[in-house]
Amino acid sequence: MSGNLVLLAILMFAVTYPSRALGLVSPGMDRLPKIAVEYLQLVGPAVLAALAAVTVMVVVGDDGQPTFRVGIEWIAVFVCLAIVGRWRNLLLGLVAAVAIVAIGRAGGLA
Amino acid sequence: MGVPGPASGPPAATGPIDRRRLVTEGLGIVVTALGFGFAYGLAARDAGFTVIDAMAMSVIAFAGAAELAAVGYVLSGMAWPAILVLTALLNARHLLYSATIRPWLADLPVRRRAVMAHFLTDEAFALSMAHFRRIGRGDERGYWIAAGVMLFIPWNLATLAGVVLGGQIPDPSKLGIDIIFPAAMIGLAAGMMTGRRELTAAVVGAAIGVAVSLMAGPPIGIVAGGLIGPLVALAIPARVAHETAPLGTVASAEHYATPGEFSAAAEAEAEADVRAAADTTEGDLPPEGPST
Repeated sequence: MSGNLVLLAILMFAVTYPSRALGLVSPGMDRLPKIAVEYLQLVGPAVLAALAAVTVMVVVGDDGQPTFRVGIEWIAVFVCLAIVGRWRNLLLGLVAAVAIVAIGRAGGLA
Repeated sequence: MGVPGPASGPPAATGPIDRRRLVTEGLGIVVTALGFGFAYGLAARDAGFTVIDAMAMSVIAFAGAAELAAVGYVLSGMAWPAILVLTALLNARHLLYSATIRPWLADLPVRRRAVMAHFLTDEAFALSMAHFRRIGRGDERGYWIAAGVMLFIPWNLATLAGVVLGGQIPDPSKLGIDIIFPAAMIGLAAGMMTGRRELTAAVVGAAIGVAVSLMAGPPIGIVAGGLIGPLVALAIPARVAHETAPLGTVASAEHYATPGEFSAAAEAEAEADVRAAADTTEGDLPPEGPST
């Protein structure tokens, strides 16, 4: 990876700033079509869940072929999900997930 | 520095005492930002980001979950246009936040509001709105305390620490550092699940993401899951969605920010404070959110 990700950061600013600024600087942005608002509300959980699931369940081998993976990581992610769902504490969830994976790997589970 | 909200009820003075609670509540956010920022720094380093790359993301994009997601996108080899589309969609909820917060800051010059916009995050929204509602009016300095002091600074310091100190960890995989990214993603998603639709979008998004990834690779799978999941979820009628915290409200930001600091009691207390003040002056309550 090289410093060219700075350009990606700038482009990410370019696509994230409008959603932050439009409502603040121009009136009427709170009157989007209802269906658009509802769709936007749902994109966040869908993208994040897809990212988490793909990261934990799919492994791309040296041959470039994706394969399904089962491992201690599933439990770690599930525990994090449960902690956040129950106590709404992401930090605690992350600590628990890391601890589970570290202990599991030390015990030869993964 | 206080900025009256629209039809703002009480012209309450905003002084150090009024902001004390903002700071107290914000301390939990600071701790979360430090931990999450550090985790992002570690994940970015693990993905091969340089210090400049990681810091550029945190300073220029300053997008929390979208930054962490970008680490995953880059790792999966996703093309930049796809990364940008997903980033824009992931951050589109800020449109609702900015529209909600605007009435409280409407008297400020547009330029100042345009600068403030860059620092608008889920957590900044949650802190600011709770503060505004508590004091019954907008407060520019309070916004900067929430968005800048409580978030931007700790987030960036923690990013720097994570990406620099990550090099001192001999074998990050043994310590389970690599689980931080997916765990953070699912944790953030959980914070957004405030009804059946959100839950359905997440479950379907994950299932489609994995299925398509196995057939066409992770980059396409993630995009497919993120775009199709919401479409399926929209099939659930709104009347049975059991939405408890619609996006764009303080409650939703509270869920998303996952600080564990905004208790329901505190929120109810804030509501009561505003109502009591409004009753005293017979003014109207400021709006709570967009009419979505």
